[in-house]
Amino acid sequence: MSTTETSTSSLSGIKGKLNTFHSWSGVDNSTLNGGQKLAVKYFMAAVILFIFQILFGLLAAAQFLMPGLLYEILDFSVNRMVHINAMILWMLFGFMGCTYWLLEDESGTEIVGLKYGVLGYWVLMAAVTVVVLVYLLVQTGAGNDTTLWLINEGREYIEAPRWADIGIVIVVLIFFFNVVMTFSKGKWSGIAGVLTLDLVALAGLYLAGMFYMTNITHEQFWWWWVIHLWVEATWEVLVGVIMAWSLMTILGVSRKIVTTWLYIEVALMFGSGILGLGHHYFWIGTPEYWLTIGGFFSALEPIPLVAMVVHAVYDSGERSFKNMNHPAMAWLIAHAFGNFFGAGVWGFMHTLPQINLYTHGTQWSASHGHLAFFGAYATINIAFFYIAIQHWRGNVWMGGGSQNAWRWKWALGLLNMGVLGMTIALLIAGYEQSFIERAIGGSTWAGYFAAQTHPSFISAMQWRMFFGWMTAAGLGLLVWDLLTVGKGETRKAEVITQRD
Amino acid sequence: MSETPRWASESFWKKVAIWVTAGSFLILVILTFDTLSQTTAGGERVRAYSVINQNIDYQMDEKLHKFMPIIGEEELLFGKKYTEEQAEALVTLGKKTTQAKNCMNCHTLLGNGAYYAPDLTKAWLDQGWLSTDLREDQMVRFLMDPEKNARTFGTGRKMPNLDITEEEAKGVVAFLKWMSAIDTNGFPYNFTTIEAEVE
Repeated sequence: MSTTETSTSSLSGIKGKLNTFHSWSGVDNSTLNGGQKLAVKYFMAAVILFIFQILFGLLAAAQFLMPGLLYEILDFSVNRMVHINAMILWMLFGFMGCTYWLLEDESGTEIVGLKYGVLGYWVLMAAVTVVVLVYLLVQTGAGNDTTLWLINEGREYIEAPRWADIGIVIVVLIFFFNVVMTFSKGKWSGIAGVLTLDLVALAGLYLAGMFYMTNITHEQFWWWWVIHLWVEATWEVLVGVIMAWSLMTILGVSRKIVTTWLYIEVALMFGSGILGLGHHYFWIGTPEYWLTIGGFFSALEPIPLVAMVVHAVYDSGERSFKNMNHPAMAWLIAHAFGNFFGAGVWGFMHTLPQINLYTHGTQWSASHGHLAFFGAYATINIAFFYIAIQHWRGNVWMGGGSQNAWRWKWALGLLNMGVLGMTIALLIAGYEQSFIERAIGGSTWAGYFAAQTHPSFISAMQWRMFFGWMTAAGLGLLVWDLLTVGKGETRKAEVITQRD
Repeated sequence: MSETPRWASESFWKKVAIWVTAGSFLILVILTFDTLSQTTAGGERVRAYSVINQNIDYQMDEKLHKFMPIIGEEELLFGKKYTEEQAEALVTLGKKTTQAKNCMNCHTLLGNGAYYAPDLTKAWLDQGWLSTDLREDQMVRFLMDPEKNARTFGTGRKMPNLDITEEEAKGVVAFLKWMSAIDTNGFPYNFTTIEAEVE
C-alpha cells in the first residue's frame, strides 16, 4: 500500500470511530453550522485538557503532603507546570471555540476560511501533544538557548518552548483572519467590534513573552504584560463578550442592553486593569511610583466585576430566570459571582502594597489564583459547553423537569464547593505564611521552613487535598453529564424571544 | 417612557470605552519607557553585572523606612575578578540555567513563581549558608548534587538532581549574587542576612 492509501485508510478509520462516537453520544452534526462544527472540536480538546489540569493538580497537591511521591520521576515542578499550562490552554481553547461558535450567527454569513481554521486546529493539537510529551519525558535541559527553543522556557504560565510560541502565533493569526474576514463579509455589530479589537490585543501581547533577557527585572516586566494583560484585561473583556452573547441567546435580553453593558465593561475593565498591571511591579526592581499607581488602579479592578454581577443577576431576575438552558444559566450566574469573588475580592484583599509586602509569593497568591481562574474563566467555558451540547443534540429541551438533572446540579455543587474549599484552605496557609515566615521569620529560608512545618499549614494542605478530590469528583460528574445530558430527550428547547 | 438619556446610551459608552482604553494604554506606554530606562543593568536600581565582584548586603534604611541593598568593598566570587563582559556572560549562563531547569515552578524569584521551595530573591544573603567563607562552594556543591547536600528543615522536601554542571552552578550562583543587589523597594521585609550573623 502506498503512503497516501495508508493515510487515507487511517483517516477513514478515525472518521468511522468519530461516527460511532457521535451515534453513541446522540449528537447530530447536521444541526451545527461550519463554525460550530469547529467549535465543538475545540470544546472536546478543552475538556480533555481540563481533566489533565485536575490530575496534575492532584499530584502536585499530594506532594505537599508526601514529598517523596514520584521524586525524580515526576517532580513537583513538572506536575505544577502541566497543571497550570493545561489550564491556560483549555481556557484558550474554550475561548476560541466560543468565538467560532457564535461567529456565523453574529456575522450572518459563513466563515471565510473555515478549512484553514480546521487545519490550524490540528496543527495546534499536534503541537500541544508534542509539548506535553516533552514536558513529561524530557523535562529539563542544559542552560542554553537550545533548551529554551526546544524543551522549556522556564517562565511560569508561558513555559512552552519558543518553537511552540511561533506555532501558537501562526494558529492565532489564522483564527484572527477568520474572525475579521467573516465579520467584514457579513455584518459588524458592537459585540463583533469589541471581540475583534480584544483579539488583536490578546494576540499582540503574546509577542511580549517571546524574548530571552538576562536582566530579570526587564524579563519579569514584559512577562507580566502577557500574564496580567491577558487574565486581568483582555480575557475579562473576552468573557464580557461571551456573557453578552449568552444572555442574549439563552435569556433573550435585548441587544441594545447587552451592547451598552459591554461598552461599560470595557471602559471599567481596561480603565482599571491596564494600569492595575502596576500591582505586579511593586517588588521586581521597578521604580517606586508603581506602588501608588498599582495600588490605586488595582483597587478599582473589582468595580467592573460588580457591574457584571448586577448585569447578569438583574437581567435574569427581570426575565424571572426564564431561560432555555438551565445548566448554562446556572454556570453563567456562577461565573458572575465567581469572577467577582475570585478575581475581585480575593485580588483586592492582598493588592495594596502595604499588605502585599508580606503576602507576595505566599499561598495567598495560590488561593487567589484558584478562585479567580475557576470563577472567572472555567465557569463561563462550562456554561458554553452546555449551550453547545444542547444544539449538538438537536436543540433539545434543557429546562425544568429534564431527565437526570441531578447530574449537572451535583457537578455544579461539587466543582464550586471543591474550588471554594481549596481557596479557603490555601488562604489559611497564606495567612500563616505571612505571619510566621514573613512578619516574624524575616522571610529567610529558616522562616520559610518554619511556616511550612507549622501544624496549621499542614492541616491547610490536607484540607486542600480533600477539596481537590471533591473538585475531581465534580469534574468526573460534569464530563459524564456532558456526554449524556439531553440524550434521548424528545422535547425541543423552549423558544425564547429576544426583546427589542 | 422618554428616550434613553445620553449618559445611558450605547454611543456614549462606546466613546467612553475607546477613550479610557486608549488613554490608559498611552500612560502605560509612557511609564514603560521610563521604567525600562530606570532599570537597565548598570543603574541604581538594577546593578551592573560586575557587581558580583563586590560585597552585597541588605539592611534597613532608617531614613527611607525600607530595606535597601548595600554595595560594599571588593569581594571576589570564585576568587576571580570579572570584567563587565565576563560577568554578564556568567550571569547569563546562570539565568538561562534557572529557566532551563524550570526553577520557577518550585521556587519564587523576586516573589514570582511557585511556593513549594523558598524564595530566591535574596538567596545569596541567606543565613542558611552558615558562613560567608563557605557560601559559594556550598552553593555550587548543593546545586550539583542537591540530594546528598539536602537540608529539608523537617519538611522532607528535597530538590531533585537536575544534572547541573559545575560551570552552570557557578553561573547560577553569580546570577543569585547579582539578583540580591537589585533594589526591590524593600521586599522582602525584615530579612536578616548572613552578614549580620558574622558581625
